[in-house]
Amino acid sequence: MSLADFLHMGGYAAFVWPSYALAALVILINILSARRALREGQRAARRRFETGLESRQP
Amino acid sequence: MAWVWFHKFGSPPHFYRLASRLTPWFAWPALLLGCAGLYGGLVLAPPDYQQGDGFRIIYVHAPAAWLSLMVYVVMAVSAAVGLIWRMNVAHAVAASCAPIGASFTALALATGMLWGRPMWGTYWEWDPRLTSELLLLFLYLGYMGLRNAIDDLPRADRASAVLAIVGVVNVPIIHYSVIWWNSLHQAPSVMKFGQPTMPPSMLVPLLLMLAAFTLLFAALLLIRARGQVLRRERSASWIREALA
Repeated sequence: MSLADFLHMGGYAAFVWPSYALAALVILINILSARRALREGQRAARRRFETGLESRQP
Repeated sequence: MAWVWFHKFGSPPHFYRLASRLTPWFAWPALLLGCAGLYGGLVLAPPDYQQGDGFRIIYVHAPAAWLSLMVYVVMAVSAAVGLIWRMNVAHAVAASCAPIGASFTALALATGMLWGRPMWGTYWEWDPRLTSELLLLFLYLGYMGLRNAIDDLPRADRASAVLAIVGVVNVPIIHYSVIWWNSLHQAPSVMKFGQPTMPPSMLVPLLLMLAAFTLLFAALLLIRARGQVLRRERSASWIREALA
């Protein structure tokens, strides 16, 4: 099987490859946004913790 | 014994540490199995005798559809645990499920449309399976919208938990829609009793992809849930250690 045959997907290239591209995109977005959500949670907690310390001091 | 485990799991510092330690143990096998599944599905598996190479969409469509349902069940069960036992960690897990589930539901719908066009001659049909899966996407979006609309986190947790639990009735409807009604969509070929209707050369890559997507979900959930746990902790001393 040649590379051109593989890319042709027996005539279904226009449906198969967009499906795989969308899957890759959804996975990538999920990885990036999960990491961003964790960083945001850490930043918010750090901010709350620091302001909590300040308010306790007279 | 089970009770001790339950308590430990419900303890935010313990959960946070365990989640960060476990994440790579799900993420790396997900990558490995995914690569093997892609090679098996795109290269090794023979073309289908009816659908030719078009059937290869199954290797992203079925895992996405599987996640859309499984993630919802995980979300509803965690929401119920959070509601009943007032467990913040469970609410954190439920809240983390929604964006992941919504994205994979959208992926299942989109890849289903791309598969439907050449095989059924249409991108969309108001068919029981397709309609109930679209309703699932709206349930996820409604859950996220409800959470966003309520500023007070404990109230958002409780209100959205009720929605998640009520919406779980849609899950068996989606799964059995192709059996109960005369649907365009084919009947399940893996998740059923008895012999699967696929030869091993097609089935093994599909099982690898299903496992890869499931492990990926576990890794994503653990990362997100850590962020959600931190949002629910008020000046607890363990946060200082966790953030150090």
